Amino acid sequence: MLKLFKNFTFKEWLIVIMCVLLTCVNVSLELRIPDYMSEITRLIQSTGDNVTHDILIQGVHMVLCAFGSLISAIIIGYAAARLSSSFSLNLREKIFNKVESFGDSEVKKFSTASLITRTTNDVSQIEILIAMGLHMVLRSPIMAIWAISKIVGKSIEWSMLTAGCVVLLLSVVIALMMIVLPRFKIIQKLIDKVNGVTRENLTGIRVIRAFNAEEFQVNRFENVNEELTGIQMFNQRLFAIMGPMMNLVMHSLVFGIYIIGAYLIYNSTLANKITLFSNMVVFTSYGMQVIMSFLMLAFIFMMAPRSQISANRINEVLDEDILIKEGKFEGTTDEQGTIEFKNVSFKYPDADEYILENISFTANKGETVAFIGSTGSGKSTLINLIPRFYDATDGEILVDGINVKDYKFETLNNKIGYVPQKAVMFTGTVEENVKYGSSLKKIAIDDVKEAIKVAQAKEFVENMEGGYHAHIARGGTNLSGGQKQRLSIARAIARKPEIYIFDDTFSALDYKTDSILRNELKKYTKNSTNLIVAQRIGTIMNADKIIVLDEGKCVGIGTHKELLKKCKVYKEIALSQLSEEELKNA
Amino acid sequence: MPRPGRNQVKEKPKNFFGSIKRLLGSLSTWRNIIIFSLILAAISAIFSIVAPKLLSKLTDEITLGIKPDTEVLTEVLYKIKENNLQEDIVINGTTITVADQAEYMKLVSTVNPEDSNSYIELFDQLPSSIYELVKPKMNIDNIKHIAIVLAILYILGSVFSYIEGYNMATVSNNFARTLRTNISYKINKLPLKFFDSHETGDILSRITNDIDTIHMNLNQSLANLITNLTLFIGSIIMMFVTNWIMALTAILASLFGFIFMFIILSKSQKYFEQKQKILGDLNGYIEEMYSGHTIVRTYNGINSAKKEFDELNKGLYKSNMMSQFLSGLMGPFMGFIGNFGYVCVCIVGALLVFNGHTSFGTIVAFMVYIRLFTNPLSQIAQSMTSMQSTAAASERVFEFLDEEEMESETNVTKHLDKSKVKGEIVFDHVKFGYVPNKTIIKDFSAKIKPGQKVAIVGPTGAGKTTMVNLLMKFYNINSGNITIDGVSTNELTRENIHELFCMVLQDTWLFEGTIRDNIKFNRIDLSDDEIMEACKTVGVSHFINALPNKLDYELKDSESISSGQKQLFTIARGMLEDAPFLILDEATSNVDTRTEELVQKAMDKLTVGRTSFIIAHRLSTIKNADLILVMKDGNIIETGNHKELMKKNGFYADLYNSQFEKTI
Repeated sequence: MLKLFKNFTFKEWLIVIMCVLLTCVNVSLELRIPDYMSEITRLIQSTGDNVTHDILIQGVHMVLCAFGSLISAIIIGYAAARLSSSFSLNLREKIFNKVESFGDSEVKKFSTASLITRTTNDVSQIEILIAMGLHMVLRSPIMAIWAISKIVGKSIEWSMLTAGCVVLLLSVVIALMMIVLPRFKIIQKLIDKVNGVTRENLTGIRVIRAFNAEEFQVNRFENVNEELTGIQMFNQRLFAIMGPMMNLVMHSLVFGIYIIGAYLIYNSTLANKITLFSNMVVFTSYGMQVIMSFLMLAFIFMMAPRSQISANRINEVLDEDILIKEGKFEGTTDEQGTIEFKNVSFKYPDADEYILENISFTANKGETVAFIGSTGSGKSTLINLIPRFYDATDGEILVDGINVKDYKFETLNNKIGYVPQKAVMFTGTVEENVKYGSSLKKIAIDDVKEAIKVAQAKEFVENMEGGYHAHIARGGTNLSGGQKQRLSIARAIARKPEIYIFDDTFSALDYKTDSILRNELKKYTKNSTNLIVAQRIGTIMNADKIIVLDEGKCVGIGTHKELLKKCKVYKEIALSQLSEEELKNA
Repeated sequence: MPRPGRNQVKEKPKNFFGSIKRLLGSLSTWRNIIIFSLILAAISAIFSIVAPKLLSKLTDEITLGIKPDTEVLTEVLYKIKENNLQEDIVINGTTITVADQAEYMKLVSTVNPEDSNSYIELFDQLPSSIYELVKPKMNIDNIKHIAIVLAILYILGSVFSYIEGYNMATVSNNFARTLRTNISYKINKLPLKFFDSHETGDILSRITNDIDTIHMNLNQSLANLITNLTLFIGSIIMMFVTNWIMALTAILASLFGFIFMFIILSKSQKYFEQKQKILGDLNGYIEEMYSGHTIVRTYNGINSAKKEFDELNKGLYKSNMMSQFLSGLMGPFMGFIGNFGYVCVCIVGALLVFNGHTSFGTIVAFMVYIRLFTNPLSQIAQSMTSMQSTAAASERVFEFLDEEEMESETNVTKHLDKSKVKGEIVFDHVKFGYVPNKTIIKDFSAKIKPGQKVAIVGPTGAGKTTMVNLLMKFYNINSGNITIDGVSTNELTRENIHELFCMVLQDTWLFEGTIRDNIKFNRIDLSDDEIMEACKTVGVSHFINALPNKLDYELKDSESISSGQKQLFTIARGMLEDAPFLILDEATSNVDTRTEELVQKAMDKLTVGRTSFIIAHRLSTIKNADLILVMKDGNIIETGNHKELMKKNGFYADLYNSQFEKTI
């Protein structure tokens, strides 16, 4: 937590200091109010000629005091709001920028979902703590100390009573929290479970009905429902003690001070009686303040661990070392569209086993190189090394004769048009999605239209309301999987890159669209190098070079025909998808 | 405890009173206990109005204990002077000896009339007979009496409010459970149409967030509202009964403050709404950028992402700050209003006392009432806001519970026994459309003999699941007839039809639980042997045996189980359903070639001896099918077997050939 506060600027520290001072002012003014009250009480009882006048003067002072306390509270509130908002503003920006510089391994390490929570919820958690902190963390101890100093030494009996009440209240609160808090975590899990079972019921509605399993699912739901209700009821019933208990203790304090006061006064000399009485009045109001302050402190200590967890989660992100370092090369290259793998091996940073071992091949301008193999054979990993989602553990990868590690990110990215397996759509128009990012040459609307046409997306785009300016919803939910994939391909085409990388892009398309699209693409990208990862033999059988991967090793390189003859793994894959007859016809 | 200003965005229900009325109506099971609890809350509030009065009485009693009886003292002084040390005198039954009188006179002579302290010291040195006469008289019995009543009030008040809290926790939890159960039952009664046209997330949010809102507010706000209303009205009544001039003063003084406060509140509303909106946008943007991270990186989108994020983030700053600031004002403002009212009451009270219109006790009582009066108002305002969101939440929950259900099947009389069904299905001029005026299956007729295989083919989005929907009676056909063994499906219950079908779909639906639970599903009397037998047939038994707990292995989003294996589990589940008909989606997604082989073999076994409808993806299935239904844009455009359709040279032939065209 403290580490995050190091991000405070000098000016922000000044604001904090100002808040501390103002809180002192605020507390001192607020604690002076009871003095005026008892003075007014005394005046009302006395019978002088100028009582009304005196009360008026005291009253005006008290209102001024209250007003001063209000003003200081407003200023503190404003400063706290500013401070916490600007803190969260900066922190959020810092995290976002850091995450943007992450490579794949860092993103995977944290998981996207977790990174999102860290940037949003965790920051809010800390923001709340700061906002409340400036109100309460500063105020409670100052108030407690100030109030204690006002009553200290006035009476052993009363002090004991106040201390007793504080201890009693704190132990009740802490005991309750100890019982309730762990159950809160369980409740959260059970809520997730209720959600989970309901989600299952909704997503599997067809299966459930087909199996006539409605009753079965209702019972499953009822089990979690019952469990959740039980534990939540227990918690809330227990928690219901809190309010009445706090009231009782606070009332008992005032009440106790009066009763003890009555006996003390009864038994003391007349000279002491009056002092005792005024002490008693003071004690009741300050004793209350002491209790309230300790209660606040207790709550802060309950809150702090939660924020601490958030702070730790944020620090983990900010402290993460980024493995992929940017190179310096940003000029033009002599070669265009060539890729060379030289004895490339790869394993994840902390893993023992290699995902890829000793892969070597070259792809020249205009060639199509395809990668095939079973799940886990490393084909996706292999092509992910080119745009540097990861760096090769051994060996080197050259693009246009230069090691990918030597490129500036932007220069390397400008050479590549990468299309992932799962299409990514952003909120915005069709045009914005196709134009996305920045490329060597600015993409004009005609380029967008052409790319969409090549990607076989023209028909549905033009049928959308608004055509090229049609709105795409968050996550592309208003498009089908195939449509998203086609737009994602168009996005790569619009950049006119030297090298296309299709990471299992075509399997989301039906055979027919797949085949037409590749046909058109082939015509359009004559001068580009194509790297294709595929599952379907049909997609790749006409490639110039097919690389067959099995458990991270290259078990065959060649054309479809060559491989059918000499590569066992390839033949197996081919046979699982097409009949002998079809293979011959092809 | 001050709360940060969140959750203050007002959600406006469409019909506030209607929803609240309905909500209260559905609480009728617990009506008595709720009324009982609310009465307890009110009583406990009344106690807190009464208690201050007793406390001020207690103060008065104690005050009596600090003032010496000056009247008696004056009398003593007068009599002693008059007597001039001649004989003992008797005042109020106490005898003052001559010696005491002499001592008293001596003491008086030492008093410095300018120094009031010396008077007080004089008291403590008085001869005991006189001291007994003039000493402050505190009535310990009275104090004890008041103290006991006060203690009882405090304790009873706390006990009552605890009982109230306990009851409301019980009621609100039971109510929430009932609502959740009702929703869960409702899901089973709704037609599939509903789920196809509503988002899963929306229904989920009703079952969790909305019910949670209702639950929380029922637990707290309702009793809170009653308590504070009682306090508010009670203190107003008490004030007017005590002294109407001071009551008006108190109300006017606070009113001034409240108007100010409400202006601030209504101003801050704007910022709350703005903040909520921008926060939503920002979170959405973050989600989008993080999920699309690889694209953002490889397309050099980082800089523009940072820029856009910056703009959103800065936009949030102002509304965030203002809403935090304004909501933080409430506490200090309430404090100030309290103090201001206090002073006003004191001044007006003092004036009244001075003119002899009222007593000191009234002022003391008012000092307390003014606090009791100002505190509840902001609480009431808060309760009203939460009542609003409760109304909005219950509106959504009730809306779901009111959705139109599937028509009842009580009039259905026929029943097909699945062990006797031969397996013939006839489509007779079937017309169907999802939307009333848009028929997509225009006029479909076909006769499928027992044991035949029907392949359904077509490009993605051609509506292949429509056939599943119709066969399973998930949707009703518009006109025409579908008959099973000559019996129209209109005359059979959905449950009966489902019994006759074994269905394996592409999206491998597995729930959280063990492998056994998932394969067994609702057929609880299946033995482990039967399950393993099915697994063996499907070819997944080897894999299960290799797992640490075998059939007891928990299927959470386990990474060690591939999607292919999941598909095999669902096939095993279907395999155990001994039904004459089969609906099968052949699609295998993200399955490596070897598992795919396993899956395909398992699927082939599934079709043995069953009349099958297969959403086909494999050419071998299509070629061997007895009947191929070619679908496009929702309609069945061609039917026939492979040879016939190829001869036709239509859409099917085109589709088939496209796979083998020379490309790339």
